Amino acid sequence: MQLVAASKMRRAQALTLASRPFEERLRTILDDLAPHADPEASPLLAHRPAERTLVIHVTTDRGLVGPMNVNLLRQTLRLAGEQKATSFIAVGRKGITALRRAHQTVVAEFANISDRPTTVDTNPIARIAMEEFVAGRVDRVYLAFTKFVNLLRQVPTTIRILPLVPEDEDIDQLKPVQYIFEPDPRTVLERVLPRLVELAVYQAILESKASQYSAQMVAMRNATEAAGDLIADFTLQANKARQTRITKEMLEIASGAEALSKA
Amino acid sequence: MPLKLEILTPERRVYEDEVDMVIAPGSEGYLGILPNHAPLITELASGELRVKKGSTEQILAVFGGLMDVRDNRVSVLTEAAENSDEIDDQRAQAARENAQKALAVAVASTDPAAEARARASLERALVRLRVSERKRRRL
Repeated sequence: MQLVAASKMRRAQALTLASRPFEERLRTILDDLAPHADPEASPLLAHRPAERTLVIHVTTDRGLVGPMNVNLLRQTLRLAGEQKATSFIAVGRKGITALRRAHQTVVAEFANISDRPTTVDTNPIARIAMEEFVAGRVDRVYLAFTKFVNLLRQVPTTIRILPLVPEDEDIDQLKPVQYIFEPDPRTVLERVLPRLVELAVYQAILESKASQYSAQMVAMRNATEAAGDLIADFTLQANKARQTRITKEMLEIASGAEALSKA
Repeated sequence: MPLKLEILTPERRVYEDEVDMVIAPGSEGYLGILPNHAPLITELASGELRVKKGSTEQILAVFGGLMDVRDNRVSVLTEAAENSDEIDDQRAQAARENAQKALAVAVASTDPAAEARARASLERALVRLRVSERKRRRL
């Protein structure tokens, strides 16, 4: 199982890396667009006072991953405590049960995300979040997941994904390029923005998968080592017990023989 | 001065090379990009993307997305892209039939979500067939 986790971890990691160039290009397009399109143009950019918050909480479906899910939950609940009102989208069975147990408002639940997730699997999650935001039911959307750093380090992370533009972004710093937009800047903007949100969710799920399998791998290695130690201990005990028995038997035979020869 | 073409999907980098010309299915119709094209950002429709390099021409199927042209660098960002070599004719044929059946069922039962899904998969199958057909004729 340690080896299985290792290969799955490598795959999830490779997928995470493979999706980065796409995101980078999309961000540059957004930067190029910013001076041309009215920030009010898309409802995904709407900046409202933070009254209600939605958190997409990404956990694993199964356990045996050490403290990963617990750490993330603690962080999410701390964040929720700082907000006026918080609802959740729970991804992964562990998070679903934990949030239910904590009596939180869960608007949607997703379990059994494939180990080779595609945007087809993850886009519905992003879409629900966008619907909630556009409908004005929430004012901020955060994404809470376990970021994969390396085999031994996975960090619980929270990022804000909606509204899309940072509160104090300085648009004047961007150098406008004379672009031709087809059909027009607004339509292009409307295509780019949802993609960015979907991509953020997709990547968070990949990171979470990579974290899950590395945590699982470490847990399995610890279990294997612990089992090895136990076996060594028990073997020693068993050998000692056997030795004692043999010694005792030898003594009995010896003393029996002695008694007979005296008789 | 060749063009640097990059075709990206969220899952992988499908294509990266220096090319002479790109013909892309823009949302307003097909458009050809030659070196020193003015900066352009366009929405893409589903269709065939043709890449010319020297005397060879390669055809890919792309399914919607965006194209960004700037400083002789063409970036195609799409949900899915397939090289014509990767397309399995028979599977696309079967997918088209399935999608047509699903569409008929969806229309009959007036289920708009299922109808949209069926239309999308029918369109994907048709794009695939068109791309592989064009490739066959050329060979």
